[in-house]
Amino acid sequence: MTTTNLPAAATREALGPTLVRLQQNGADIVVVDADLGKSTSARTFRDAFPERFFTFGVAEQNMISAAGGLATLGHVVVASTFAVFAEHAFDQLRMSVAQPKLNVKVVASHGGVSTGEDGASAQSVEDYALFSSLVNFTVCVPADVVEAEAMVAAAVATPGPWYIRTGRPKIPVIYTDGPRFQIGKADMLRDGTDVTIVACGLLVERSLRAAEALQASGISARVLNMGTIRPLDVAALEAAAKDTGAIVVAEEHLTHSGLGAMCAQAIAATTQPVPMEFVGVQSRYGESATWDEVLEIMGLTVEGVEAAARKVVARKR
Amino acid sequence: MVAGTGTDLRAFTQRVRRHVVEMVYGAQSGHIGGSMSSTEILAVLYGRIMRHDPKRPDWAERDRFVMSKGHCTPVQYATLAESGYFPVEELSTFRKKGTRLQGHSVLGKPEGVENSAGALGMGLSFGLGIRLGMRLSNIDAHVYVLMGDGEQDEGQVWEAAMAASHHGVDRLVAIIDRNGIQNDDFTAATMRTEPLDEKYRAFGWEVRAGIDGHNLEAVEEALAWARDVRGKPALVIFDTVKGKGVSFMENNPNFHGAAPNAEQFARAMEELA
Ligand SMILES: Cc1ncc(C[n+]2csc(CCOP(=O)(O)OP(=O)(O)O)c2C)c(N)n1
Ligand SMILES: [Mg+2]
Repeated sequence: MTTTNLPAAATREALGPTLVRLQQNGADIVVVDADLGKSTSARTFRDAFPERFFTFGVAEQNMISAAGGLATLGHVVVASTFAVFAEHAFDQLRMSVAQPKLNVKVVASHGGVSTGEDGASAQSVEDYALFSSLVNFTVCVPADVVEAEAMVAAAVATPGPWYIRTGRPKIPVIYTDGPRFQIGKADMLRDGTDVTIVACGLLVERSLRAAEALQASGISARVLNMGTIRPLDVAALEAAAKDTGAIVVAEEHLTHSGLGAMCAQAIAATTQPVPMEFVGVQSRYGESATWDEVLEIMGLTVEGVEAAARKVVARKR
Repeated sequence: MVAGTGTDLRAFTQRVRRHVVEMVYGAQSGHIGGSMSSTEILAVLYGRIMRHDPKRPDWAERDRFVMSKGHCTPVQYATLAESGYFPVEELSTFRKKGTRLQGHSVLGKPEGVENSAGALGMGLSFGLGIRLGMRLSNIDAHVYVLMGDGEQDEGQVWEAAMAASHHGVDRLVAIIDRNGIQNDDFTAATMRTEPLDEKYRAFGWEVRAGIDGHNLEAVEEALAWARDVRGKPALVIFDTVKGKGVSFMENNPNFHGAAPNAEQFARAMEELA
């Protein structure tokens, strides 16, 4: 599972090729784009199916409302831009997609702070909080490119609004034997008895490495890939609380509004809440540096996850 | 088919205006002014221009009406009910607990409502998307989008105007109810949007402006022209009177979103007798 024998890849690379494959296999996909198709890989779809690709220019609000209108004709509409620019059309997402429950899949790349050098304006620390606040949306964050492909395929096959956040940097492939993604289900990548690390996105692979380091010092950590943020796999969280008695949530997002907050709400409602720690962006915006350095500045590292796990295990006693 | 062909549109609009006042009075909330300024526009669309069938609201080949100024549900619901989409009696449930007739438009509630609205500025984009989808599905139906003149302040309207002509979309008909008033004040005092006709022309649209939006023949003539434009999106700007039909509501910014009291209600119904 954890051995990486596929080359590192960015989750954003999954979009275009997957859509082309699905369309060739009989899907009815239309892609709308806001002048970022090269970076999101959506252009790959345009090259194969130009008549099914509409560019809206740098005008995300128009693009999202038009996506809603297109979806009323029965097409699966995939809206592609960067995560921060999808946020630009929040009310359009609410009015033109979420409330009428239309079949629009927002697949936004450059999610999180790992966009690096571009700095705070291009780093989305709040995107899936916004999308999770929209009723009727399914919200997903892939842990690697293989899972990203599976999520795009699941989104196209499943009616209703979706948000998939992909990332810019090339990251290791975890699912070397193929995807295991199931909508709304956490994937247990490693079992353990002392603590559970719940992670999404590029923090999954880092959490696996943290679990190995913890093992060396006698702490047995379970690792859950929480690929679906909404609906959250509450059963897996309950089991984690019961079996391991402590939880760390690790994510590339603000902790107070992200996966951490959502998991804490679920855990608080269980019969026996357990101590939790949160690795993520702590009430701040990002800054310019290489993507790896920004993650380091934010503490989104193997060591960061490991320290949080030790801390939460200590709190059990 | 065109539903309503042959109906007496003058009588139709009078019934719609009475419903509008009754609905807003009954709910003690809702938007009379912009409903009354759009009454003839909707009556002509549903009675003379659009290809639709109230008995088959899901008919794939139907023309679509997109209500971008989603606060004007009174005129939308009254027109749909009078056209046969649902029983006129249901209008009295407007804005009340358990109703299908929500304060602002909700897609599919009731049948015949083609979009969700309430936040201004999105309808032209949504209609553009519908038309692009139709084109892809080889459906040659029309999309009619009704906007307010205050709504033209929204930047998204201009994004949509630009994109519609960029994509060479036709059979997309935008309509502006130019009643000269928005929420707080007259539009001229709030934000200068004129000359709207020249702006849309510069954006690549075919435009007709200065049409009397309460003259049924003029409305029909202009909308029939817009329906037949090919190769470009088309816009008709109707000059209208906000609150048209009730003397003390006419051109009065206070009747944008306020309900009449009992005395005003009685006077209004008398004037609309
Ligand atoms: C995005 C947005 N901002 C504010 C409002 C509140 N609002 C409701 S109606 C209105 C004025 C609309 O004026 P106009 O477009 O001229 O409509 P009409 O005169 O036909 O009623 C405003 C500001 C809104 N509905 N949507
Ligand atoms: Mg107005």
